Amino acid sequence: MIKAILIFNNHGKPRLIRFYQYFAEDMQQQIIRETFHLVSKRDDNVCNFLEGGSLIGGSDYKLIYRHYATLYFVFCVDSSESELGILDLIQVTFSLLQVFVETLDKCFENVCELDLIFHMDKVHYILQEVVMGGMVLETNMNEIVAQVEVQKPHGEGGLSAAPARAVSAVKNMNLPEIPRNINIGDINIKVPSLSPF
Amino acid sequence: MALKIVKGSIDRMFDKNLQDLVRGIRNHKEDEAKYISTCIDEIKQELKQDNIAVKANAVCKLTYLQMLGYDVSWAAFNIVEVMSSSKFTYKRIGYLAASQCFHESTDVIMLTTNQIRKDLSSPNQYDTGVALTGLSCFVTPDLARDLANDIMTLMSHTKPYIRKKAVLIMYKVFLKYPESLRPAFPRLKEKLEDPDPGVQSAAVNVICELARRNPKNYLSLAPLFFKLMTSSTNNWVLIKIIKLFGALTPLEPRLGKKLIEPLTNLIHSTSAMSLLYECVNTVIAVLISLSSGMPNHSASIQLCVQKLRILIEDSDQNCEPSVNACMKYLGLLAMSKILKTHPKSVQSHKDLILQCLDDKDESIRLRALDLLYGMVSKKNLMEIVKKLMLHVDKAEGTTYRDELLTKIIDICSQSNYQYITNFEWYISILVELTRLEGTRHGHLIASQMLDVAIRVKAIRAFAVAQMATLLDNAHLLTGNMQRNGICEVLYAAAWICGEFSEHLENPMQTLEAMLRPKVATLPGHIQAVYVQNAAKLFATVLKSQEGNTDSTAAQETSQLMIDRLPLFVQSANLEVQERASCILQLVKYIQKLQQKDVEIAEEVNALFAGELNPVAPKAQKKVPVPEGLDLDAWINEPPSESESEDEQPKAIFAKEEPKHSRPRHTEVDEKELARRREARKQEQANNPFYIKASPSSQKVYQDTPGVEHIPVVQIDLSVPLKVPGLPMSDQYVKLEEERRQKERAEKKKKEKKKRKEKRSGRGKKHDSGPESEEDITPAHQVDIVTEEMPENALPSDDDDKDPNDPHKALDIDLDKPLADSEKLPVRSHRETPKSPAEDGDTENAALQEPKKKSTKEKREKKKDKDRDRKKSKEEKKKKKHKHEEKEEDLLGGQADAPVVQSEETSEVVAPPTSTNPEVSDLDFWLSNAPVPSNTQEATTVAEAEAAPPPEAASGTAPDSEPDQPQDADTEEAKSSKHKKKKQKKEKEEKEKKKKKKHHHHHHHSDGGGEESVQNGTVEEEEPLPPMSNYCLLAENSYIKMVYDIQGNLQDGSQVVVSVIFENKGDSFLKSMEFNVLDSLNSKLQRPDGSGPHDGLTVPFQLPPGVSNEARFVFTVQSIIMPQKLKGTLTFIVKNEDSSTHEKLDFKLHFTCTSYLITTPCYSDAFAKLLESGDLKGSSVRLEGVNMPFHHLLARICFHHHFSVVERIDSCASMYSRSIQGHHVCLLVKTSGQTVSIDAKCDEPTLLGNVLDEIKQTFSQC
Repeated sequence: MIKAILIFNNHGKPRLIRFYQYFAEDMQQQIIRETFHLVSKRDDNVCNFLEGGSLIGGSDYKLIYRHYATLYFVFCVDSSESELGILDLIQVTFSLLQVFVETLDKCFENVCELDLIFHMDKVHYILQEVVMGGMVLETNMNEIVAQVEVQKPHGEGGLSAAPARAVSAVKNMNLPEIPRNINIGDINIKVPSLSPF
Repeated sequence: MALKIVKGSIDRMFDKNLQDLVRGIRNHKEDEAKYISTCIDEIKQELKQDNIAVKANAVCKLTYLQMLGYDVSWAAFNIVEVMSSSKFTYKRIGYLAASQCFHESTDVIMLTTNQIRKDLSSPNQYDTGVALTGLSCFVTPDLARDLANDIMTLMSHTKPYIRKKAVLIMYKVFLKYPESLRPAFPRLKEKLEDPDPGVQSAAVNVICELARRNPKNYLSLAPLFFKLMTSSTNNWVLIKIIKLFGALTPLEPRLGKKLIEPLTNLIHSTSAMSLLYECVNTVIAVLISLSSGMPNHSASIQLCVQKLRILIEDSDQNCEPSVNACMKYLGLLAMSKILKTHPKSVQSHKDLILQCLDDKDESIRLRALDLLYGMVSKKNLMEIVKKLMLHVDKAEGTTYRDELLTKIIDICSQSNYQYITNFEWYISILVELTRLEGTRHGHLIASQMLDVAIRVKAIRAFAVAQMATLLDNAHLLTGNMQRNGICEVLYAAAWICGEFSEHLENPMQTLEAMLRPKVATLPGHIQAVYVQNAAKLFATVLKSQEGNTDSTAAQETSQLMIDRLPLFVQSANLEVQERASCILQLVKYIQKLQQKDVEIAEEVNALFAGELNPVAPKAQKKVPVPEGLDLDAWINEPPSESESEDEQPKAIFAKEEPKHSRPRHTEVDEKELARRREARKQEQANNPFYIKASPSSQKVYQDTPGVEHIPVVQIDLSVPLKVPGLPMSDQYVKLEEERRQKERAEKKKKEKKKRKEKRSGRGKKHDSGPESEEDITPAHQVDIVTEEMPENALPSDDDDKDPNDPHKALDIDLDKPLADSEKLPVRSHRETPKSPAEDGDTENAALQEPKKKSTKEKREKKKDKDRDRKKSKEEKKKKKHKHEEKEEDLLGGQADAPVVQSEETSEVVAPPTSTNPEVSDLDFWLSNAPVPSNTQEATTVAEAEAAPPPEAASGTAPDSEPDQPQDADTEEAKSSKHKKKKQKKEKEEKEKKKKKKHHHHHHHSDGGGEESVQNGTVEEEEPLPPMSNYCLLAENSYIKMVYDIQGNLQDGSQVVVSVIFENKGDSFLKSMEFNVLDSLNSKLQRPDGSGPHDGLTVPFQLPPGVSNEARFVFTVQSIIMPQKLKGTLTFIVKNEDSSTHEKLDFKLHFTCTSYLITTPCYSDAFAKLLESGDLKGSSVRLEGVNMPFHHLLARICFHHHFSVVERIDSCASMYSRSIQGHHVCLLVKTSGQTVSIDAKCDEPTLLGNVLDEIKQTFSQC
């Protein structure tokens, strides 16, 4: 079972949190902080497994994480999950984390941290097709992408759709500087030209 | 009006959406909290609007805020609203929010049951999918029970997308509602062979998760999994299965032999590291299970360890460093598995493990530490601990240091201090550990000190001396007390010095140390121990001083106590205060006697006489209950219920205090206690000898000046100080080495003289370590006092399991054939109190062991019982004359139940006969294991087979009867049924109560759906015969179809037809195609792209005797007239030798009733509806209806989807709604055998047809 999936950035800001066991909000934040604290002090060339973390789980649980450029992807799993199944190092096309990240990449067309920031809901919907209630639902990437695509809303309903776009353009005017090129691990990602207007 | 809408939507355009919110938060970095709080205010406004789009947007934003740590539970109801939106995009937002913030104690969850059920049966697969996903995150025991059957039906859905989700969520359902496991298991097993790989993978996932906790129950699935392992190409499935086999092999060594070959193949062929690693892991497990008990087999284990060593040691230059680190980690992990059974094989790699302790990666260090635990022996303990102590000094970061500390203590204390030869050394290690800064584990060190001092008598003198030094230097520990728990050590030190004070060299000095004013800054519980033990010390000091001629010394000691104790008398901590004042008065009294030259020491010492013996932690639990003592029996008869009823003020809703007999009993106890306490206080107040602290005396003490009151500035030293006088553990290592050498030399001498003389080491026997292991004798004559157990303790060991483990409830035998009673609660059946579902519940409760229920459930039950009791008064009145009649009816009902059920049961369950022989199949399958080429292994094969396998004893079918008659099982089941019936008769009283309880429970949790029994009037009376809405569709010698039609609330033009296909023959049915000739009004919904005359493929095949359910969606335009549709089912009948194509015609009857949906209605709304005048009336009379009125109502409710609005005596108003929103109101009256129904509806044709159908229902019975 997977107990939690956390994504946070290099500063510990949560980008997606998904707990499969109930924790109150303040506890969730504490877990994020603790996990960030544990993970961030580790070198990039040490192993990707972490035991302990007193808040989440006991001795049966492990943190399995991967650091991509600005983001940490952390899975908290118990011993029924294969450590390498979550994170396969040699054959990269096959591992849960890789499936998830690549699906994100496909669905967002070159994913970057900003995509996760502004579309947290969509990331959740994608994750829901990969993991359900703490158990792996699907590992076939094409199947996942297909299901996500089908469930995308087709043209937001009627009256408000077109003007909404215009309005959001107006709101975009004071957008702060967005980094143009973000490197996530070995996937080189170009941010689609998101001009302020 | 229109303008208003347009205006509203333009306003809405400027509402923030999620992106705007995120952007806003990013732009307000300085005052984020303030910005968010304005946003929350906006959201609150948005939630107040009626527009569902606005609400959904608001809920979406809340989900984001929840991630940032804001509590959004206040919006739970709005989330439910958005969940019930008919638009998928909004529904999805609602479910996402719910899955993020709902949990078991969210009260609105109760309201969602019907909504979720609706979504589950929605014709849109994505509605169903999103509901399943959401439910997987917040399923509660109630939801699990109510929805288990719906989810189980979905496991056979036409769409694999739904099937896999339904399969996966079943695990969560099992956890919350363990009773569902057995009924659902056959279908779950079936899904292991689903044509869709995703569904298959989900089923593997669920079964592996179940089997991990209770592997023995799943051993019979081994052949199936074996088949999957050799055929599947999905790495995920393979990994799961291989992990499962790793858990199964220890239970069945023969399985291991079968596995070796395919596993080796996989290892050679796979390119996925993860799969490879899991294969290696399972091979290790196999080797371990094969070689246990056979020392000569450990060669292969050695080989494994060697390989793992290479993995740990070598780093591949071509790989990233992190990959090598991961391999190292996993290598150590695998090694720890071997260590458990073959410690010696790993012990030889001690160097490597110790080397790993220096790794820069904490994860690897922790793994290495874990391994060290199993590697210590008498010989190397000191060396290993020395190394660890060095690491403790070096370690940066408190977590790792704490981990080291606990590991050191674990290593030393394991198996009753087996490896410790010199306890002086251990005590000094513990003392050294107290100098660790900032550790959280003070209490751990303290408990070790206490344990050793109490249990090792020989060490007490040494320990006491050490502790006295500790107390003397207490300031070193307390200096940074605020930050850590190390001062806990003082608790142990004080207690040891007090308890074993006879060993103290200078008790006076210790006494002074314990009474220092600085002590008052310690935590209360430690101060209390200080005070108490100061008294013990005082007694000892007195004793030594009284012997002297000079009596002033003794008096001075008393004076010291009298001077210092008042400080503690003022303590805010009650315990300290109480003890201090007691002792102070005692000392004052002693002083008085001393002044009169009375010898008092003996008496004072008698206060603390007696030795303490350690008691085993489980001692209390192990005391058997004496024969004839029933702990659950009443001591006094509980007061009669009616009595308490009258005292109770009438409460309208169930907010009464729990009146469940047991809590009530304790309540009385508590009252009694309180009363006694009060009496005692009174007594104390009147007792002139009872000492109360007077405020005046306190003042005096406060003003007493003294040297001690001058504040002493403590220097907080970050470098651990070497405390003078405290020995260093290191020197023991050297001493020990010398001692051992000496011993060895002596021994050699002795051996020369007396060869035969045997030396036996102390403690438990350790399986012969290298050479001198056994010969190391402890330095002292150490006496490890064993923990005391009660005389007649039970030897059982099964108390190690955590009773709160949800998996304990899932330890259920799955091979036993399903009893008729084991059924999931079916919604349509729940409306009748005697429904089979209820039966199942009570049966489970009665027959199975008491299960651990969640506290919530318990609470609810209590509530239900309250309600029960309220009603029981009513009931009692009737009881007298109804009693006999009732009993008959109950039995009758029970006898009926299985008959109707059988059809239902078979729908859900594969025939029991097919599961049972599998156990014996397993033996057969295993005994066919190919003999491995390795000759060494061949011997193991023979031996393993010679020994009876564990299942042979417990299995149901022994090998000797391979052709067990299939009837035997069913007969057995029948006979057991009879037995049960008998039991039921006896237990009737109990059962009845339980049934009620359950029924109320449903009623309570189900809100809207159960309104038909509103106010609990209908169910109060006689039980109803079971009913089913399924009616026959068509039947021939191969297949039988029954069907039920239900309206779809979300879509006014759709109805769902559920058809149960039952294979009647003994051949295999496949390629079933269901086709209906569409009419103008009604059409079968076919997937996009198929023609209007194409049939629908039934998504399953039917083995002989199996039944399964499929759902078909029809669109209808007009619903006011009933109609019939002609259809055909084509299928292929496959026998062993031939296969034929068959077809079966049928007619689907869409009654008007099937367009009605049970909808609750409140009486005031009902009255308004009738007053409105929009409805047209009609009426019908039924003659010769010979059934109780509540049966009649229940029948109308059940068969025609009505709900009872109100019932007064023999008159009731009922309500229902069509899928297109027509209101149908009935007023049902009965007199004698005549029933008159007055009805009103806004569509007269519909009404007429419904009434005709009602008439038909009653003419049939």
